[in-house]
Amino acid sequence: MDMRTPLGKVRGLGSAKSGTEHFWRVRTTSVALVPLMLFYIVFLVLYAGRPYADVVSALANPFVATINALTIIASVIHMRLGMEEIIQDYIHSEIMKIVLMILNASFSIAIGGLCLVAALKIAFAG
Amino acid sequence: MANVTNNRPLSPHLQIYKFIPTMAMSIVHRITGGALYVGTLLVAAWLIAAASGEEHFNRVNWLFGSIVGKLVLFGYTWAIIHHLFGGLRHIMWDLGYGFEKELSTKLAKANLVLSIALTIIVWAIVLVIR
Repeated sequence: MDMRTPLGKVRGLGSAKSGTEHFWRVRTTSVALVPLMLFYIVFLVLYAGRPYADVVSALANPFVATINALTIIASVIHMRLGMEEIIQDYIHSEIMKIVLMILNASFSIAIGGLCLVAALKIAFAG
Repeated sequence: MANVTNNRPLSPHLQIYKFIPTMAMSIVHRITGGALYVGTLLVAAWLIAAASGEEHFNRVNWLFGSIVGKLVLFGYTWAIIHHLFGGLRHIMWDLGYGFEKELSTKLAKANLVLSIALTIIVWAIVLVIR
């Protein structure tokens, strides 16, 4: 016998109330990151260690700046979700889990915010 | 009350099974993911320094130009590429393909070999055009 309400069945969100959202976000960001990262790797290897003027003028190029910003956004979402999975797998104490989840979210959002502002500042102000 | 859960039988795990390529690449996928999480700090430091002006940038940038920095960056790019190939295998499995024993073992080995090869190729090409 199925004890679920018709509404619950239609929503399909299950006991965690978020359905396949977590799984799906990990996959969509990963697909987006394939081309973005291939570009990013080459850019990093090409420009790491180069003089200030070279690096800033390269990062200020609209095409590079856009890829930079998009990579930052997709990466921080993907890395936050990935670390959530690791925490859920290995941490069994409920309090520890909540603390680490919040730290993980804070770290990801802080890194994302800092990188995004840096990328946009270089793009708009040099 | 005695701890009743202590005497319960355990289902066989890690130590019981022979360690095979798919298992190795599974844990390497997670380790590279964790390493990239921390490695984001390196890229962040570089970007933020570049946005903060020449003086700040030079304080960070010499590290990226040094041998140690280059080695770390080489490891970082390998981790990205390995994790990227691992992700492609996961998407293949999500779509319902590639579960055959021989194929999945072959792909696990290929993941390692191709990630190292592509990392070296990228560095070689970049160093030539640079």
